[in-house]
Amino acid sequence: MKPAPFAYRRPGSLADAVAALAGDAGAKVLAGGQSLVPLLSMRLAAPSMLVDINAIPGLDTITADDIGVTVGALARHADVLASDDVRRVQPLVPMALSRVAHATIRNRGTTVGSLVHADAAAEMPVVLTLLGGSLEVVGPSGSRTVPAHELYVGPLECCLHHDEIAVSAFFPALAPGAGVAFDEIARRHGDYALVGAAALVDGDSVKVGYLSVADVPTVVDLSGVPDDRLGDVALEHLDPADDVHATADYRAQLVRVLTARVVRSAREGTR
Amino acid sequence: MTEERHDVVLTVNGTAHPVRVPGRRLLSDALRHDLGLTGTHVGCEHGVCGACTVLVDGRPVRSCLMFAVSAQDSEITTVEGLTGSDGSLGPVQQAFLECHGLQCGFCTPGFLTTITAGLRDNPSPTHEEARDMVAGNLCRCTGYQNIVKAVERAAELARDGAPRVHPADPPEPESGQLAYEERDDDNASTGLGG
Repeated sequence: MKPAPFAYRRPGSLADAVAALAGDAGAKVLAGGQSLVPLLSMRLAAPSMLVDINAIPGLDTITADDIGVTVGALARHADVLASDDVRRVQPLVPMALSRVAHATIRNRGTTVGSLVHADAAAEMPVVLTLLGGSLEVVGPSGSRTVPAHELYVGPLECCLHHDEIAVSAFFPALAPGAGVAFDEIARRHGDYALVGAAALVDGDSVKVGYLSVADVPTVVDLSGVPDDRLGDVALEHLDPADDVHATADYRAQLVRVLTARVVRSAREGTR
Repeated sequence: MTEERHDVVLTVNGTAHPVRVPGRRLLSDALRHDLGLTGTHVGCEHGVCGACTVLVDGRPVRSCLMFAVSAQDSEITTVEGLTGSDGSLGPVQQAFLECHGLQCGFCTPGFLTTITAGLRDNPSPTHEEARDMVAGNLCRCTGYQNIVKAVERAAELARDGAPRVHPADPPEPESGQLAYEERDDDNASTGLGG
């Protein structure tokens, strides 16, 4: 199928983009489009206007320092994944990015776009939430910082207003002595994961974030839980569901397996 | 209501093409219908199959997941742009010919563009890297064995700068291989001759 008609705007500045969004309550931002365009083509979404931010200069930056990694709204997954600085400062980011769709999709898709698309089956929202990162958002009244734990309010729903644009995401650096790991199980290479898990271990603190087993990206604090109980305790906070791809029981089993696996791997990889 | 149209210039295979398109025109449709470049094939039209893959500023991108209006500042390379100016085959195309990397050919343009960029970034892939290079493209008839062989052969050809073959002048069949003219004409296209 083809997308329904929409008005198209390609502003050259952030201010013009925000003004375009503010002028049409049915407008959506177009960045990489790798999630949005299929939704449009299948007519699961029909916005009245697309505001294409690809011509706005300065949004494709990727910076990494001792504090963390900052990724601009037009930074493509592939560029973030290829950055040695990002890998050094926060290795969980490339670990998870390598599992985002296929390389061809990563060439066009943006990391910030994936974050605001807010798919609970996606990798990067879980990573941002687990690490305690944030989004920098610009709207008609200026900019604000949204912490990850406030960002996700429902399935495919984040707390941004319709006239706001996420301009960058911040992933905190991996602390000395801490370790991270990511793993997921998918039916086929590059498919959505049946279950995915990311671990952050820092001394006695053990946290694991999950994708595809709750309506929103979900992080569970497993500090102090015996190793043989990690997955079962995590499942008390998760809601694995049946669908055509897997049963709820199978997903629960994957939670047990992947939790043990990522916690062990994160401990082994501590700095 | 008349749908708003946008005047944009698409730069495809080094040539600038002015087009007037609605915002919702997919790049894949603009290439095929507005520019007549039907080498780019459209399979699933939601980013899964890879048949429509083109190079946007040198990188493989699904043309069904981009709007033509979004491509106005980019250099696009389609499968038509992979041949030499004299019509000779590029190394990836020649490798597909030699390795029987295609049967029906529907998925082939997406493979050719993807592998062309893949070998530019990694001129000497391992077997595993060659497999990974084509992991985002689906083929329903050839199977992937010969396609992976073609990736590895294309790497050799690109490295060695081997002479390119003109499509009108296919290589001599190796001894023991059934020559085209020996096949029963009725069945030649199916390979079921005899």
